[in-house]
Amino acid sequence: MDLQIFWFILITVLWSGYFLLEGFDFGVGMLLPFVPRNESERGAMFESIGPVWDGNEVWLVVAGGATFAAFPAWYATMFSGFYLALLLLLFFLIIRVVSFEWREKGESPRWRAVWLWANAIGSTGIALIWGIGLASLIHGVPIEANGDYGGNFVDLFTPYTVFAGIAFVLLFAFHGASYLGLRTSGDLLEGVGSAARRLALPAAIVGAAFLIWTIVVAIDRNDKDVFPVVVPAALGIAVLALAVGFVLAGRSGLAFTMTALAAVAFVATLFTGLYPRVMVSSPNFANSLDVSGAASAHYTLAVMTVVALIVTPIVLLYQSWTYYVFRARISGEEIHPPEALTGPTGGSAAS
Amino acid sequence: MSPLASTTVDLARIQFATTSIYHFLFVPLTLGLGPLVAIMQTLWYRSGDEAWLRLTRFFGTLLLINFAIGVATGLVQEFEFGMNWSEYSKFVGNVFGAPLAIEGLAAFMLESTFLGLWIFGWNRLSPRLHLATIWIAVLGSWLSGYFILVANSWMQHPVGYTLDRQTGEAHLTSVWDLLSNGFALRAYLHTMLAGLIFGSIVMLGVCCWHFLRGHDVELFRRAAKLALIVAVPVTLLQLVVGNRFGEAVTSAQAMKIAASEAQWNTCQPCGFSAFQIGGFTEDDQTPAFSITIPRVLSYMATGSFDGQVQGLNQLQAQEQSKYGAGNYMPNVRVIYWSMRVMAYTGVLMFLVAAVGAWLYRKRKLETARWFQWTALVAIAFPYIAATAGWILTEMGRQPWIVQDLLKTDQANSPSVSTAWIAFSLTVFISLYVILGVVDFVLMRRYARPDRPPTREELPEPVVTY
Repeated sequence: MDLQIFWFILITVLWSGYFLLEGFDFGVGMLLPFVPRNESERGAMFESIGPVWDGNEVWLVVAGGATFAAFPAWYATMFSGFYLALLLLLFFLIIRVVSFEWREKGESPRWRAVWLWANAIGSTGIALIWGIGLASLIHGVPIEANGDYGGNFVDLFTPYTVFAGIAFVLLFAFHGASYLGLRTSGDLLEGVGSAARRLALPAAIVGAAFLIWTIVVAIDRNDKDVFPVVVPAALGIAVLALAVGFVLAGRSGLAFTMTALAAVAFVATLFTGLYPRVMVSSPNFANSLDVSGAASAHYTLAVMTVVALIVTPIVLLYQSWTYYVFRARISGEEIHPPEALTGPTGGSAAS
Repeated sequence: MSPLASTTVDLARIQFATTSIYHFLFVPLTLGLGPLVAIMQTLWYRSGDEAWLRLTRFFGTLLLINFAIGVATGLVQEFEFGMNWSEYSKFVGNVFGAPLAIEGLAAFMLESTFLGLWIFGWNRLSPRLHLATIWIAVLGSWLSGYFILVANSWMQHPVGYTLDRQTGEAHLTSVWDLLSNGFALRAYLHTMLAGLIFGSIVMLGVCCWHFLRGHDVELFRRAAKLALIVAVPVTLLQLVVGNRFGEAVTSAQAMKIAASEAQWNTCQPCGFSAFQIGGFTEDDQTPAFSITIPRVLSYMATGSFDGQVQGLNQLQAQEQSKYGAGNYMPNVRVIYWSMRVMAYTGVLMFLVAAVGAWLYRKRKLETARWFQWTALVAIAFPYIAATAGWILTEMGRQPWIVQDLLKTDQANSPSVSTAWIAFSLTVFISLYVILGVVDFVLMRRYARPDRPPTREELPEPVVTY
């Protein structure tokens, strides 16, 4: 297979991995202010993703690095063009990263509430911006003849891209609830289950609408046919429907599998709709960046391919083992926050 | 170049310098404290001595507070190449992107995943497996450093590439040359030793704080011993390695060495200016006052007491004939002093470690209050030295962003306006100040003699399978 196409697919896989894994971390973050009823349950929710979120986030680092190495022109135009959006994204990423380690290092209810909200707002903001950003790649932004971004911050915001952002947020909230359905027990599990049931339909309907809209955008703005974009989109709609069914039937394992596949379907639909371009230019379609124009030379791609083929299976192996190690369900009753936080005032600090 | 364009580049440079220096305040402590914590846990595993377990948890907590902010600020670095330096990214992506991507996949992934296992795995993994997780995380962080320095060193001394005839962009021709770049290997050794100095000097300072308060003296005596066992040889070795690294710089970046010595004219043999007033600009090339040690610069730059060191004036003329009109000299005053701040602080750290070791042998470490205060203040030294070192490395490369291939003022993002950079710079500085203050408060709180319990010391959650 042509290495340029291989790397386009691999980058699709990396984004899929990032959203499949970090997607539920975002969802758990979004649910933090709403689901837990006391400090113990909040602790249990943090504990459910505590060991894994950092490893999950590295998928983004790899996706970014791989884009830089395999498609320098894509990386350069996208990252400089989306400057302010990425600045905002970095802000959310940073407050979220430190919240994990710092929240539990303080005992005052206010301190813990600040970092809980930092996590919740960060998670929501990141999902929203990536939805808008990735949808902009296919919806089109102004690109000049020399490949430089020619637009402004507001060019990222169109009805379609904002809708995509909302679809990402809802899907990850749902995905997070279905993950917690596998990882919690006791009263917390009941709260989580009710959140999942409430989120299921809105997330599925908005998600399905986003997938259909993406097909339209691909045809309309990226000169694509219905086939093959319709394949991942249809599969996405199917798994969303199944996810709703499994959640309502209380089948948490299958529900989680379906929300995970839905995250993959989102990325697969966007990138299938995008190929062979990597960034659509609008209004000057001719200035669009495509795979062959943005790609690195053969030698670099060959070297990177060897590394990726050797290392990726090892990564998948040890990350899977991590999930096996931390497979136990966690309940609020098992988490013992400092005494200052379990009293009548501390217990409701963040709600 | 128009004044506005140069403001844009300057602002982008200030932003990159600020965010990368800030990032590197946290990275080397992780690189150095990681193996020290792993050693302490190994000592506990081998001996079953609870004291080492307590120390592992104590310093492990400091490691994690520090690690969080290193991760958060590292993301900024990866994004900034594309955000602020899109022309650079296009030019180098074929070469520079590869080690960066490999770093993520092969090193950072390992570090992050296994650190998660270590933090949460105390009661879920066997002691042996749990010990392995910290060592694997350390391995990940050290691998990570290697790939980052391979990428950085390619900017200082490009190897294994060719320039594409059509686009003018750099294309990789030999990944082996890239990975075995002599400049990178020396820079790696230099940086990892710096990490160990961070770890051991900070650890020594924290131990001395506990001695000052008379808290848990027996426990921290052990940690101090370990810190000294590392600090003494490593600070000494760093003086040698730093010197050897200077030789590599001499051959790859003659201008950087000339600037770091404020050596305006070619000399043979050359004396080392230990201190000077004036003599830092083209109009004022002769210092008003200087202390010079004969022949030492020749030795430091070339490895021979008779070696020749090229002067700024001669190099400037050579560069102009090669690359056209322009100024090819970095800011001499900044480079001269950053070199000295780094080197002199390095010597001071060796002295602190050596005196500490001597006091330890005399069993006076727990009582010598003057030394305890000194060691506490010395916590700042590695931070000062590392910052000066990076200023020397990166500002000494100017006006090039990739030595002899691409100039900094042609490498920024054309689509990013001055106002946007001014805004983002403000955001980063405000956010980083807040993060820095919180980090300092937390580190201080958890390094104190009367610190709160860590998560491992609280009752463990009961798990059900």
